[in-house]
Amino acid sequence: MNSFPSGPVDQVVGTALALIGEDIDTDRIIPARFLKCVSFDALGDQVFADDRSELNGEHPFDQQQFQGASILVVNGNFGCGSSREHAPQALMRWGIRAVVGISFAEIFYGNCLALGLPCATAPAETIAALQAKVLTSPALPWTLDLETMTFASATDQWAVAVDSGPRQMLLSGRWDATSQLLDQGEEVKRLMQLLPYLNGFIAQ
Amino acid sequence: MSSGTLYDKVWDLHRVAELPGGSTQLFVGLHLIHEVTSPQAFAALRDKGLSVRCPERTVATVDHIVPTTSQSRPFADPLAEEMLSTLERNCAEHGITLNGIGSGRQGIVHVIAPELGLTQPGMTVACGDSHTSTHGAFGAIAFGIGTSQVRDVLASQSLAMNKLKVRRIQVNGRLAEGVSAKDLILHVIRTLGVKGGVGYAYEFAGSAITALSMEERMTLCNMAIEGGARCGYVNPDAVTFNYLKGRPEAPSGEAWDRAVQWWRTLVSDEDAVVDDEVVFEAATIAPTVTWGITPGQGLGIDECVPTLEQLEPGERPIAEEAYRYMDLQPGTAIAGVPVDVCFIGSCTNGRISDLRAAAAVARGRHVASGIKAFVVPGSEQVAQAAEAEGLDQVFREAGFEWREPGCSMCLAMNPDRIEGRQISASSSNRNFKGRQGSASGRTLLMSPAMVAAAAVLGHVTDVRNLSLQPTA
Ligand code: SF4
Repeated sequence: MNSFPSGPVDQVVGTALALIGEDIDTDRIIPARFLKCVSFDALGDQVFADDRSELNGEHPFDQQQFQGASILVVNGNFGCGSSREHAPQALMRWGIRAVVGISFAEIFYGNCLALGLPCATAPAETIAALQAKVLTSPALPWTLDLETMTFASATDQWAVAVDSGPRQMLLSGRWDATSQLLDQGEEVKRLMQLLPYLNGFIAQ
Repeated sequence: MSSGTLYDKVWDLHRVAELPGGSTQLFVGLHLIHEVTSPQAFAALRDKGLSVRCPERTVATVDHIVPTTSQSRPFADPLAEEMLSTLERNCAEHGITLNGIGSGRQGIVHVIAPELGLTQPGMTVACGDSHTSTHGAFGAIAFGIGTSQVRDVLASQSLAMNKLKVRRIQVNGRLAEGVSAKDLILHVIRTLGVKGGVGYAYEFAGSAITALSMEERMTLCNMAIEGGARCGYVNPDAVTFNYLKGRPEAPSGEAWDRAVQWWRTLVSDEDAVVDDEVVFEAATIAPTVTWGITPGQGLGIDECVPTLEQLEPGERPIAEEAYRYMDLQPGTAIAGVPVDVCFIGSCTNGRISDLRAAAAVARGRHVASGIKAFVVPGSEQVAQAAEAEGLDQVFREAGFEWREPGCSMCLAMNPDRIEGRQISASSSNRNFKGRQGSASGRTLLMSPAMVAAAAVLGHVTDVRNLSLQPTA
């Protein structure tokens, strides 16, 4: 499996997996019972657990031709519902490194960004055509390119969109809020010297 | 200091920097952690080779997964045991105080921080739990965060935030006899909707609010999140200061006097501009009970489940879903709906005043036959105080089980849960489908006194019709 994202994310390369359906919520991506855990490690196996057991091996995440895929192609409002970070964690641990879809739920989108997973959007017709292509040619490698904002294979090329703020954060490798916050260590120290409740309430 | 709301002032005091993505880096004055949302954050810290920036501003407890029948170790559930031992290891490794079982300080995170005096006016408080809004009762800016933000706060004692707007919830007059802070907040949520507060901090103000005790203010702010507001607060006043004075982690001696002086400067100025204001008349509010599957589906105790025609078009689909799920027909009077399980506890209503109010109903009465009723104090301190007053005896004699502290059936991550289609009267805060441990289980939210009344009659009833026998 690819290593987890680190540093600048300008391209994601790999085969794709098409998951068809509107409003796929985080409870479906990772059912609530898997929240009782102390690490995210096992989540890769548990991703879409209930949907997969219902389809008994016929779910895209189980189908042979999609094993090893790193780009997920979905429809609208993907990742709605609870704010659980377990959802993008589960996708990432299964092997997904980018998601392309019509639209994403806001919190899910932010949680993906915090992990370095780009979520790119494209109009419904583009997505439908893309999903059809992925279903007929599952072995075809694709490149999601954040510089050129394209999603391309050897034979096709499609325009995609990524919001400018997140796009800059991914391209510069500053998608990880922790490092931005740590950069201000000196400012935090200064502020701590001014806060009355950290200093015996002595007036500054 | 310029004129503004408490929210503005506290925000400005804690602002570290503006970040490239457009958000603000905000310093966190008190970081509360528990066993469910912290383990992955500590693991991420370890992966990145980072340490905890301010272990002395980080305080831990264990609450969500603890059993309430026997808390001896190891827990019967190996997963629960693993979660607690992981927290213990993480706290030991990073020098964080863990208020563990038997310490005399353990309990639900939103109950113990106030009672220990950790939560104070003017602070920013963060915790990986949405009911962190509770701490706003002290005039703190307190909000729930996700696991990646828990990691950020551990690493940097700060987080990236966007500033909220402020809506003043002005409540005039006085609540009627027998009507509690829980009824008030259920009424507010019912009126403004569960999404009404999105993007806002709720400032609770007005004569009805200043008349509330600290514990009532906590109940109120606790459920701001159910109304969509990420935080709620009350301006600090003499009630706040009297509550804090003498608590173990509150300032003392000369520092106390300086603290009070500073706290007074934080309250919203008379001429502070708020983004929105909604006015309520306290005297018109009745004991309120939810009938559906969102905390906004509430009814005064004398009302009936609404018909589709009585609802706004936007509310109809969820109402139809609720009729089916709850098996309650439109037009059904909420008073008289039979219940199976009665739960008194949670961070909303598991404090000593809540237990007193419930005990005043239970005293001299008995739980109706076939009903399972139990009381889970919010913390070890609450349990001790209740036992010292003999409330445990009152409850036991009335046929309630008296349990050990924890979150319990509020979200049923421990063994306490409803079975099958059972319906509970619950003093907790969420009536979502499946919330209390059964995928088809049903929940009616109400005040602790109303839960006790439902327990003794076996159905939802107006507690004001029962004579009370105050216990303290
Ligand atoms: S009592 Fe319920 S709402 Fe409160 S912290 Fe525990 S689980 Fe969350």
